[in-house]
Amino acid sequence: MGVENIIFILLLIGAIVWFSKNIRTISRNINLGKDLDRSDNKGERWSTMARIALGQSKMVKKPISGILHILVYAGFVIINIEVLEIIIDGVFGTHRILAQPLGGLYDFLIGAFEVLALLVLVACIIFLIRRNILHVKRFGFREMVGWPKTDANIILIVEVLLMLAFLSMNGADYVLQQKGAEHYVEAGAYPISSFLEPWFSGFSEATLIGIERSMWWLHIVGILLFLNYLPYSKHFHIILAFPNVFYSNLRPKGEFTNMESVTKEVKMMFDPNADPYAAPAEPEGDAVPERFGAKDVTDLSWKSLMDAYACTECGRCTDQCPAAQTGKLLSPRKIMMDTRDRLEEVGKNIDKHGKDHNDGKSLLGDYIKEEELWACTTCNACVEACPVSIDPLSIIMEMRRSLVMEESKVPSELASMLTNVENNGAPWQFAQNDRANWAK
Amino acid sequence: MATENLNVKTMAELTAEGKKPDVLFWVGCAGSFDDRAKKTTRAFVKILNEVGINFAILGTEESCTGDPAKRAGNEFLFQMQAMTNIQVLDGYEVKKIVTTCPHCFNTLKNEYPGLGGNYEVMHHSQFLQSLIEEGQLKIEGGSFKGRKITFHDPCYLGRANGEYEAPRKLIEQLDSDLVEMKRCKSKGLCCGAGGAQMFKEAEPGKKEVNDERTEDVIESKADVVAVGCPFCMTMMTDGVKTKEKEDSIKVYDLAELIAESKGL
Repeated sequence: MGVENIIFILLLIGAIVWFSKNIRTISRNINLGKDLDRSDNKGERWSTMARIALGQSKMVKKPISGILHILVYAGFVIINIEVLEIIIDGVFGTHRILAQPLGGLYDFLIGAFEVLALLVLVACIIFLIRRNILHVKRFGFREMVGWPKTDANIILIVEVLLMLAFLSMNGADYVLQQKGAEHYVEAGAYPISSFLEPWFSGFSEATLIGIERSMWWLHIVGILLFLNYLPYSKHFHIILAFPNVFYSNLRPKGEFTNMESVTKEVKMMFDPNADPYAAPAEPEGDAVPERFGAKDVTDLSWKSLMDAYACTECGRCTDQCPAAQTGKLLSPRKIMMDTRDRLEEVGKNIDKHGKDHNDGKSLLGDYIKEEELWACTTCNACVEACPVSIDPLSIIMEMRRSLVMEESKVPSELASMLTNVENNGAPWQFAQNDRANWAK
Repeated sequence: MATENLNVKTMAELTAEGKKPDVLFWVGCAGSFDDRAKKTTRAFVKILNEVGINFAILGTEESCTGDPAKRAGNEFLFQMQAMTNIQVLDGYEVKKIVTTCPHCFNTLKNEYPGLGGNYEVMHHSQFLQSLIEEGQLKIEGGSFKGRKITFHDPCYLGRANGEYEAPRKLIEQLDSDLVEMKRCKSKGLCCGAGGAQMFKEAEPGKKEVNDERTEDVIESKADVVAVGCPFCMTMMTDGVKTKEKEDSIKVYDLAELIAESKGL
């Protein structure tokens, strides 16, 4: 075992430790959310995940980006099989360790990886063009300036670089194999990188080994760095897309939750045997009195918080939102981005100042404005459009509840509507007695 | 507006006669009070009477389902309304409900069970479609034969409850030419009225949602927009007016299309 292998092992361990730490933080943050039972219907959940996440069924509703995305997704998953060999080689100082045991299958695999790598490369370049030259509308909007735009470009450029490193590594290896260089056993098929041969064959063996080795290192170090970039990026969706779809709402989209705390009170009002003068029941243990709706991220369910981390800011929700399309302030994507930003802020506060720290800020107010919430028509277009079953509408509704039930902040016309419902049993000011006049 | 007295019994009247209806027609607030929506209500009742359905309404005992209160964030008022309505419905031992409003439909079907109200709930498009399938209702094209009709999916029937086919099957029965807007079914654009928007001015923006939707209608070259919701009816009618297309594009509820094709 040489110095190289020791460096490799240290890098690998470092990358895994760093990544696990960030995963624990994200998982802790998601669990700051309120309880919600999504443990039912396992069978339906698995099949929904297979169809929507694994099968990308919603991605292809937009065929161009959908098919390109499938290429990158399939390429990413399949090419990572190669990483297994790279890790073994890196730890033990071997070279293409799997070539001999796999034989003909190895040639096929390496050939397939190369084709996929080229497709990923092309798809990522098209994605970069769509974002930066064609300016596809949904990649715009006010929430996409600054970091979100940079984040998207970093992801695409890194993927291009990784694929280039992979193909150059193979190309140099292929030429070294032809030259019969020591250690470079003839193995693998190189349908794409063999096109680099005319360019590489002029180089000396030492230069080629230099290229092969540096590309090998660039590729694997790049992958380890990219892995650790995920928790800081919208690209984290490649991990959370799966559980997020698994735990998605299986009920009809029109069914909004009935708040249990309210049901208790209303039932008591309807109960003829209830004692109106009875003292309120003692709260169980040291339970904090529940807030109605959501003012901050910790008032949302853990699923809404997972939604926020699963969002990759593709903007299909905002693209379909009637309010956003007609120039209103609301953008469902921004609701998700704000939720994640605020949640990360709350998480950092806990890390720095402990669990009970209050920074005096909240999701509603500091991040999301009332005007955004009141622009929603609850049409479910955003929920329907999301390729990973994110539900921005439930966050909007929880915040409306907070505005109305906690702060009594209702647009005046809606206040009249509510008064009418309360007094006349209809949202307009008509007398209950006139309800059947249409039949006369 | 009423020209003839419709034969409509209330639950209270039927119960007094010792009878029970097969289905309760939940009229809804818009269907009861909004002049345009009342025409839909009357059209639907005429069809029910023509087929000979044994139905009743709650009349003055009906009250808002609480949908707009819930969507406006007032869960307390919603549950008060729901519990009151459930007491009335259960008092009459109602089992099956049909309604011409997708908001009432969604709330009664999905949100009442959790509060103890369990009923079989149908949107009128589903109910009429089932009458056709059972051979009880026969439709011929009539005045809509060959006309281009497009269907504007109500959010609370389509995306919210996955019903895209029943309304379209009804339109096809009219021997008319069903044309789709570019945004339809699961991608259908909202009329702008849902989530209690019906009762307030829209937030500031570049455009009204119903105008945007009316442009889809114009693009589809349809001469009739069929709707299945009283709020969509208001929004689409206003949109067509704003675009000054009242002469070339008519807005009808599905029930009106069928009633008119049958000369009712």
